[in-house]
Amino acid sequence: MTEEKKKIRSLDDLRKIKEKTGDLTSARSEVDKVKVIIGMGTCGIAAGAREIMNAVLKELEVRNLHNVAVETTGCIGMCQNEPLLDVIRPGEPRITYCAVTPPDVSRIVSEHIVNGRIVQDKLYGRAD
Amino acid sequence: MLEDLSHHILDIAENGVNAGAESIGVTFDDDGEFIRLTVRDNGRGMSEATARAVVDPFYTTRTERRVGLGLPFLKQLSELCGGEFLLSSAPGKGTTVSASFSKQCVDTPPPGDIPSTLLTLLVGHGHISWKYVHRVGKREFLLDSDELKDALGGGNPFTDPALAVGVKEYIAENIGELYM
Repeated sequence: MTEEKKKIRSLDDLRKIKEKTGDLTSARSEVDKVKVIIGMGTCGIAAGAREIMNAVLKELEVRNLHNVAVETTGCIGMCQNEPLLDVIRPGEPRITYCAVTPPDVSRIVSEHIVNGRIVQDKLYGRAD
Repeated sequence: MLEDLSHHILDIAENGVNAGAESIGVTFDDDGEFIRLTVRDNGRGMSEATARAVVDPFYTTRTERRVGLGLPFLKQLSELCGGEFLLSSAPGKGTTVSASFSKQCVDTPPPGDIPSTLLTLLVGHGHISWKYVHRVGKREFLLDSDELKDALGGGNPFTDPALAVGVKEYIAENIGELYM
């Protein structure tokens, strides 16, 4: 366990993580991936979008999920509903979640990204 | 509100992304008396008239380029904190925004979570060449996204969550050491 707690200080430390996970990511093409898009305009940032990004990456890491592409976008004019987070599973409509908090992220990842069930109480809408 | 300097860095850097920049340099320079933030992009730049207008919070025309409250917020804050705000831009050349803050001033926000800001930029815009310099006195840490990509075998390594979380820790450790 002490091995895992070792601090990441150098590029070499990062290379070691890469060696462990490298093969998992390269095998998948972009079209097979679930897309997660986080609004990162001034409004999103002020509402906590960066913390949502942190939570998404942490959750994906903990669950060892490699088939997810995380992206950001600017303000889309729904500032009062930020932070906004969209999920697009391959071949499915784009689902927009609003007023997302870090605890919501683990539900969205486990329910929607992994199991394909939309988290209804955080739903803003869907675009087909 | 944008609570700390790291939120402002993220916000201003996103402007550079929206201006179509291929490379963006961010500097955090703490000389003991002032903290100066600089964001330099090689995006499409602005005309003199637009550059003057973007610091006005009531300038809301979005047809020319994306403009919001980010720059007025930063200008107001740095002037409140005994610093100065500079914006220079030229069409086709890019834009440089710089804001300083007196460390003596009680209103100067804390640096905040800079590793999270950088990680968000790297993950969200991995195609851009990012250079981040964090300077404390005479010591500095440079993060070069191209160098990081090369070291990690090319492609966009930041899309791998395990590596992304690792990169954040790498940044946090190296910035932390500057203060020891």
